[in-house]
Amino acid sequence: MMQATLASTDLVSLQHALLLSGALMAIGLAGFLSRRNLIVMFLCTELMFQAAIVSLVAFGRWYWDFSGQVFVIFILTVAAAEAALALALVVLLHRRRPTLDADAWTELRE
Amino acid sequence: MTGLLHTISSMAIGTPAVPLSEVHVDPGLRWAGLILLLPLLSLILCGLCAAMGVKRKWPAVITAACLAGAFVTSVFLYLNYEPPGEVIPLLDWINLSWGDGRFESFTANFSLYIDSLSLLWIMFVTGLGTLITIYASEYMEPDLGTGYARFFAGVSVFLFAMACLVLSDNLLMLYLGWEGVGFASYWLIGYYYQRPAAVAAAKKAFIVNRIGDLGLALGVYLIWSTFGTVQYDELMTVLESHDWRDSYEGWSVSAIPFLLMLAAFGKSAQLPLYVWLPDAMEGPTPVSALIHAATMVTAGIYLVARTYPLFLLEPVSLHVVAWVGGLTALLAATIGMAQYDIKRIMAYSTVSQLGYMFLGLGVLTTYGAAYHVFTHAFFKAVLFLTCGAIMHGFAGQLDLRKLSGLRHMKGWRITAWTMLVGCLCLAGFPFTSGYFSKDAILAEAFVTQGPGFEVLGWIAILTAGLTAYYTFRVWFRVCAGPVAYEPGDELHGDDHDHGGDFHPHAPRFAINGVLIVIAIGALVAAVPYFLSNEADERLVGGWVADMVHDSTARGGLPGLAESHGGHVDHAHHEAAHPTLLGMDPHAAMYWISGTVGMVGLLLAAWLHLWRRSAADGLRDWLLRHAWIGWLPRAMERKWYVDEVYHALVRAPLWILGHVFHGFDRFIIDGVFVDGVARIPRGIARWLQPLQAGAIQSLAVVMAGGVMIILLLMALFMQFGWPGGTV
Repeated sequence: MMQATLASTDLVSLQHALLLSGALMAIGLAGFLSRRNLIVMFLCTELMFQAAIVSLVAFGRWYWDFSGQVFVIFILTVAAAEAALALALVVLLHRRRPTLDADAWTELRE
Repeated sequence: MTGLLHTISSMAIGTPAVPLSEVHVDPGLRWAGLILLLPLLSLILCGLCAAMGVKRKWPAVITAACLAGAFVTSVFLYLNYEPPGEVIPLLDWINLSWGDGRFESFTANFSLYIDSLSLLWIMFVTGLGTLITIYASEYMEPDLGTGYARFFAGVSVFLFAMACLVLSDNLLMLYLGWEGVGFASYWLIGYYYQRPAAVAAAKKAFIVNRIGDLGLALGVYLIWSTFGTVQYDELMTVLESHDWRDSYEGWSVSAIPFLLMLAAFGKSAQLPLYVWLPDAMEGPTPVSALIHAATMVTAGIYLVARTYPLFLLEPVSLHVVAWVGGLTALLAATIGMAQYDIKRIMAYSTVSQLGYMFLGLGVLTTYGAAYHVFTHAFFKAVLFLTCGAIMHGFAGQLDLRKLSGLRHMKGWRITAWTMLVGCLCLAGFPFTSGYFSKDAILAEAFVTQGPGFEVLGWIAILTAGLTAYYTFRVWFRVCAGPVAYEPGDELHGDDHDHGGDFHPHAPRFAINGVLIVIAIGALVAAVPYFLSNEADERLVGGWVADMVHDSTARGGLPGLAESHGGHVDHAHHEAAHPTLLGMDPHAAMYWISGTVGMVGLLLAAWLHLWRRSAADGLRDWLLRHAWIGWLPRAMERKWYVDEVYHALVRAPLWILGHVFHGFDRFIIDGVFVDGVARIPRGIARWLQPLQAGAIQSLAVVMAGGVMIILLLMALFMQFGWPGGTV
């Protein structure tokens, strides 16, 4: 009861937050699938991360439970590490072959 | 060393029924084991020579010395021998018991059974082995440093196995020796392993012998399961006591002699298993002389003589032995008449003479068979060794049409005259050793009552004439007549002097010496016939009859019908003594076989010495006339026996082999093995495009998958989960 009361009085409702999250996810996914530039693809994955974070924060507020926000801190940390790693990889790949096109690396399939 | 071996063998097989230490043996006789040990020692030393790459004649010297030692040992054994013989245990081999009953133990030790029969055999085996080794030391000279040690190692293996076979006190050790001589024979026939014909002949000999060996294995098994022992002395005791009949029912007593007979026919080259022996001539000639003429091929005779009481239990088996022997003698003699390769003629002659020996066993004269084995060993060894000397000197030439007048050639006189001695004995020329031993068999064919034995006797007499003909055909062609020769195709460097002229190299001291000694032996082999009989005053036949009398083969001795023990219902020497042409068969046979032999000899002299063109004319005339032309053609083609074997055995097996091969290749390999392997490969090919390496396509699939899952979940939430609520 408590949760519903608080949430219903919010300026931004759960639906809005989830819609934003879904939009972010859709944009990220679409970008990831349609672009070939490694850095843009990487940024798109970051967008999808943010989609997940937004939904976590929204649900945390909806259930009045702060573990959602705590979880977000963890995700941001992991995402930072992952960003460092991924960008380093991109730099390395670029050194080997002066292009950022993902199609240039299809021989990694095996 | 014996003690050590004893300990090891008892550890391996459990508790011996009777430990060796408890068996009382005259310690003076233990050295009889030397007959087995010396060839083994020589084998080891020859192996060392081969490993060290010795390029001198050491292997021959070692082997000859060891075999001479074995011969001296066996002669000493004979001199110390007292009837009825003795069992000399050497070491435990198989010695098991699981109760006190007759069928509750199984003993087969390395023990020597010294009775007169085994002594007779081991003396001529080791004696001829020594002489032929000396001969081979010169004959095998071209192979010095390459195959020389291998050859003499093979001879040592053979002598060891043959000694096991002859001296064993049980059927299992005999079987060991039996397989051993077969292996040694395979080893030595295939000595020239670069020649495909030699390899094929070795395989043929081994495979054909396996058929006979199967008979021996089954026979030994049946003997144990019927009589509860495989040791000769116990077996003879059981057979004489008659109490085995109390617990006996069934057919095994009738089957045993036929199985043993199969083994003997395989080893001793009788119908229908004789085909390997003529091909075995691909081996070096000393081997042909030692293994395939004098000793190994007589193992079948020995086996039958050794187990003779078992044959007497089933008289039909002896009738079969007699008929197979007689028919083999005739068939092989007719083939031998029409061959041109002198070594091959001698091979068919061996088959024929072995047929005589089986005829002798079949018509109840083990003495005649053993005596013929004894004389045949000498004169056939001489014949083979002279053939070998000729082959050696004339670069492998063995065609009697391309050799002539050897007795006029310098350095070849000894070869020619010793060959004459061998030919006279083989032809049964009056007062030679072959004359007496053959007569003993021929006469007995008319004395003993049996199905068609009289016909068989006349067949054997006809064969004696043919034998004289083909033997002297060889001698008159090769040794008599004008000097003329062509070299064979195995030219060595030293055969050519200048300008490619061929010079036959005459045999030297070792070959000539051995030829003379064995030829004298062949002549002297007639002497035992005249020695007085000491074992039994009713015996005839001299020393060899004595030797047979004291052994398990005494059941087949002339004049001793009552010694069969009464359980033999074989009509032998009973009622009135049969006559031949109004005379006693033995007396008549001297005249008949002498005359027949002379006729054959004169025919050969006419066709191959005085009128050589007449022989070709006769052959052409025969071939031109259809009513008789098939006969020389069939004889030259060896009665198409190899072709028949090909059609009846090899071709069906070949077809079957290809059917199996096809089944294996297309069903087992194609459907099962490859088919199963094709399943994951097919799945992989289907899934492969997913691994294109394009990240986006992977992401599409993943996203699509997630979407499908979400859609499904949404649908289930809307319309309920399959199978109820969660």
